[in-house]
Order: sequence, then C-alpha cells, then structure tokens
Amino acid sequence: MAKTDTKGKKLERNGLSDDQLRTIFRNMLLQRQLDNRGFQLNRQGKVPFALGSEGHEALQAGAAMAFHRGKDLLAPYYRDLGLALGIGLTSYEILLSLFARAADHNGGRQFPNHYSSKAAGLMSFSSILAAHLPHAVGAAYAMKYRGERGRAVLVTCGDGTTSEGEWHESVNFASIHKLPVVFLVENNLWAISTPIEHQMGQPEIWKRAAGYGIPGRRFNGFDPIETYGNVNEALDRARNGGGPTLLEGMCYRFLAHSTDDNDMTYRTKEEVAEHRKDDPVPLFERVLLDHDVMSAADVEQLKRDVLRETNEATDRAEAMPYPTAADLYTHLYEGAWQPWQ
Amino acid sequence: MAVSSPTQTTQIMNNVDAVRATLYDAMKNDPRTVILGEDVGARGNVFLITKDFAKEFGPQRVIDTPIAEASIVGIAIGMAMEGLRPIAEIQFADFIYPAFNQIVGEAAKTRYRSNGEYTCPLVIRTPYGGGVRGALSHSVSIEALFYHVPGLKILAPAFPADVKGLLNAAIDDPDPVLFLEHKKTYRLIKGEVPDGHYTIPIGKANVLKEGTALTVVSYGLYVHWALEAAQQLAGEGISVEVIDLRSIRPMDKTTILQSVEKTRKLLIVHEDNKFGGIGAEISAMVAEEALFSLDAPIRRHCAPDVPAMGYAEPLEHEYMSSPAKIADAMRELARF
Repeated sequence: MAKTDTKGKKLERNGLSDDQLRTIFRNMLLQRQLDNRGFQLNRQGKVPFALGSEGHEALQAGAAMAFHRGKDLLAPYYRDLGLALGIGLTSYEILLSLFARAADHNGGRQFPNHYSSKAAGLMSFSSILAAHLPHAVGAAYAMKYRGERGRAVLVTCGDGTTSEGEWHESVNFASIHKLPVVFLVENNLWAISTPIEHQMGQPEIWKRAAGYGIPGRRFNGFDPIETYGNVNEALDRARNGGGPTLLEGMCYRFLAHSTDDNDMTYRTKEEVAEHRKDDPVPLFERVLLDHDVMSAADVEQLKRDVLRETNEATDRAEAMPYPTAADLYTHLYEGAWQPWQ
Repeated sequence: MAVSSPTQTTQIMNNVDAVRATLYDAMKNDPRTVILGEDVGARGNVFLITKDFAKEFGPQRVIDTPIAEASIVGIAIGMAMEGLRPIAEIQFADFIYPAFNQIVGEAAKTRYRSNGEYTCPLVIRTPYGGGVRGALSHSVSIEALFYHVPGLKILAPAFPADVKGLLNAAIDDPDPVLFLEHKKTYRLIKGEVPDGHYTIPIGKANVLKEGTALTVVSYGLYVHWALEAAQQLAGEGISVEVIDLRSIRPMDKTTILQSVEKTRKLLIVHEDNKFGGIGAEISAMVAEEALFSLDAPIRRHCAPDVPAMGYAEPLEHEYMSSPAKIADAMRELARF
C-alpha cells in the first residue's frame, strides 16, 4: 500500500466489501480512542494502570475481520484491545476492565486488557507470556478431536513472546497434529525495552515456519487489508483441515509499554517519529477517502461517533460498583469453598 | 464409598493396577477423556499403566507428546477449557518443574481469574517418591511446592481402593487436581478394590488404626511404614492412632483435630523435606486450634534439609525413613 496519495490506483480489497472496510476503520478508530482513554484515565488518577496498543490497530482490525464469530476462538495477549473489539467485545466491556468493576468479565480481578469472554470465544489468559499458546493449541486439538470442521483458533503474541520455550512447544505440537490454529505474531520491534536485535539472531520470525514444516508469511501489519488477506487465508486453511500457519505482521508500538514505562529511557523520539509517518490510522483513512469508500463528512461523523461512544462507555463503566471484599473469596473452586484457614 | 457393602464384589490389585483400571474405565465411559504425556502411547507408560490403551482407544485419545512438560500441561489446560476431560501425565514428578507455571500460574487460576467463566477440569498424574534408587531426579516429593497454591487440589493415596476412588473423584472434579502416585507402592502395595465406579470424597482423611497414646498423620508410602511401626508398638503396649491424609489439599482438619484432642500428642511423618513441608502447615494448624489439648510438643519425622536422596545406597538409606525409624519417633513422643 502506498504511504500517501493512493488515488488513481486500484484498491486491492482481498474480497472486502465497502461495509467491511468501514467496519475495519471504525474498529481502528475506536481502538485508538479507547487506548488513549486508558492513558488519560491513568493520568487523571482514575485507573492505576493501562497498556497501550497504538500502532497495532490495522493489524488487529484486519485480523478480527477474518475471525468467524460463534465458531472460532481467539487466544490473545494483553495488547489486543482491537482484536477484542473486533470479535465482539463492546467499548463498555473494555472500560469495565480498565476500571476493574464488578461487572467486568473477570470481576475486576485481572489487569486491564486481560479480556475474557466465553460468549465471544475469547479465551482467558494471564500476563505470563507464551503461557496461552499451549492453551490455544489444546483448544485446537479439541476441535480437531471432535471432528469440527469450520472452526479454528487464532492465537496472537508479540515478538518478545517468541523467545519463550512454550512458543516453540506450541508451534511444534500444532505442526505434529496439523491442528486448526493460526499463530499471529504482532511484531512491534520491542519487547518492553529490548529491541528485536537483542531478542533473536535472525529477526524474521516467519522464517521459523520452515523449521516446523508449516506455512509462514510476513506482511505489513500497518495495512488492514493485507492483514485480513493473510489471516483469512490462514484461518480458512486451518478450518478446512490444512493445519497451522505462522504469520508475522509488522507494526510498531507508538506508546510506551504501559503507563508505568518511560520509553524515552531506551529509544529516541526520532525513532518513534519515523515510524509515526506510517501510522496506520490516518493512512487507512486516506485510502478510504481516495477510493470513495467514505467521504470526508462520513469520516468526521465516524470520529464523533467513536468519541461519543468512548465517553459514554467511560461514564457508564465508571459509575458501576467495584467488586466487594466478599468477592475475593468466590470462584476459587466450583461450589461453596471453605478456605483452608 | 461402597467398600463396606457386604454384597460388593472386589478384586485384589496393586496400586499400579488400580491406576490402570481406573484410567481404562474413564476412557471407556467418557469420549471426552484423553490421556497425554511422554511415552503413554506405543510404550504404554514407563510403568505400563496405559499399555495397549493406544491400540484400543486410538492415538488421538492416548497422545504421545514431545518431551515438553510445560506444554503437556498447557495443552491439557486448553483442552479442558474447550470441553475435553484431559488426563495429563508427567512421567516422573521430578520432571514437573518445567510445567510449574502452567500448573500454578494457569490451571490453578483459570476459574478464579475469569470469575468463573472458564474452568479447568484437568487431572495431572505423576509418580513420585523414593526408595527405588531413583537418585536426585527420579525420587523427589513435590507436594510442598504445590501445596501453597490455592486453586489446586492435591491427592496422594496409599492404598489401591483409595487410588481408584480418589482418581475417579479427580477425573469427575471440575477443577485441576494434582494426583500423586508413590512409585514404590505401585507394585508393593496390594489390596481389595471394589468393582464398579465409585468415588472417595476429596478432602477426607482415613483413620487407619485407632489409638490413644499418640496420633500419627502421614500419607503415601510412609503410611504403610507408620502402620507397621504402630503394630510393633501395640506389642509394647503403646496405642498409636494412624491417620492417612489421602488428600493433601484440601486437608481434613476435622479428623486431625479430633484425633489430637483424643490422644493429646501429634507426630507427622512424611517423605518430603521437613522445612516448609506439609507437616509444617499441619503443625501450625494444630498449634493454632488445639494447642491446649497437647501434652507434648508436636513432632515432625521427615526428610532432612538436602535437595533429594543420593543414588548410592547409603545416601538413599540415610534420606529415607523406615518402619524402625518411625517406631523410634513414636516411642520417643509416647515417652514424653
């Protein structure tokens, strides 16, 4: 995709309709708005912590468009706000997680961005990187074991996670059993403060696929249409018995790792600014305008809608009660449980 | 449990037979059950527990995994979250360390962290314990490492009938259960096992022998040695009450406290290290709740504070207890 002025060139849609393109763009705008809201609320002292996902919007909105709701499962990690939205979580649910309210799926127990929703097919996960990959593979095994064609698991992680042993164990097991799972690495070039060259000697993660005997591909994760095309193809293959795929979407983490991180201690403003030139949100806006998928007025209206939705969700979630002290003691085991003490 | 029923038919089995028979029934009765682990398929497990299972139930249900303990448990968690009833095997308890996070950080927290939305009905079986010349990495007791963790259940039955009843309970349980099988008891310990499906409630200890002079609480192999020692002391006129915990977490406080209030002396016997072991928690619990029922300090007869038993016979001998050593510990406390 051209970085500027896409007019005059034929839009490669990968089969996406205008409606789908607008849905992707809305998801991207909403992710950015909610992402920023987390940082704003933290600075206002209203939430203790937030994680940023700026720069991952195109990758996540494109991938989510390939997800089949009610069938597929998503095993995400903590930078997947846009994927959570894209598979059906609401802004209100995102804010409940941020505010740690009782009505949150996790009852306010987990860090923000650690979503869980059985209804949406979003598997519960912890902060421990790569620990969720075997879960995704186990779920994919269950699907295959029951002979369920037409279902697959999409499991995501950052580049940093690919150094974990369980990353290898999971891809290897999926390859052995040709499981319906797609490994999507969101490569933003940074593992908190550790750059890619200090994470791996060979920086093209997708190339590892050859070692596992499965298809692998790297793509521009700033382009939601290219992302959709790759994820859709891989998920379709998985759903139809073709086994796993390793995908590497290239993106960038525009914000610090979290509200507790200062990225200027390990990278420069200049580096971030250089990547900002490829910011996928204005870039995709330009594409939609240039190809008359949306008018400038449509875009402005959509931005107002997204801001209003974020504000309403913020107010609504903030007004909800916290879990009570008694809630500390529930859901440890099934049924009533007498703690050992 | 139906053991006392006069019409109940039974069979004599050892512990390894009891594990095998129970796993076989679980595979037979529930297509959601899968077994995964190292060498469980073609080889049929290193103790032949799952011999011929793969032939009968197919390799998709009896899964030979790569040598990768973290993902054996992790994949089983994913299976459990997605509706299967996996039974994961760690070939030797000593090999469970790579899976520590999956057990402690993931399985034990799945229900809790998702506020009950996701559950993890998972059994992790593993042979543990020494006395078999297992050296540093084929003999360890691991229960104390997991005992600290809310969200887990830990079982360590000593008798074949308990193995079957508790393994059935573990398989039926909607939460993760760590099922510890003492490998020296596998073929050494035989007993009557009721036919048919039955469960023993998790969290119930068993008073194996009633007594009045002191209470001995133990589990695993040392239960058998404690019983042997108690019989010996009976000949000396010392009446020892022997309690088999069976379930390590949750623990049957009531049975322990009732016994201690009767005998007024408590000896805890376990193969695991003394420092920070199960006995430390039982001691603290009894001190907190029944201190003034005691006529003597609580005693713990446990392994020394070294990493594990050495391979050389004298090293193993020094590390392990014995019926004679347990009898000495009993006499000493009885005399106090």
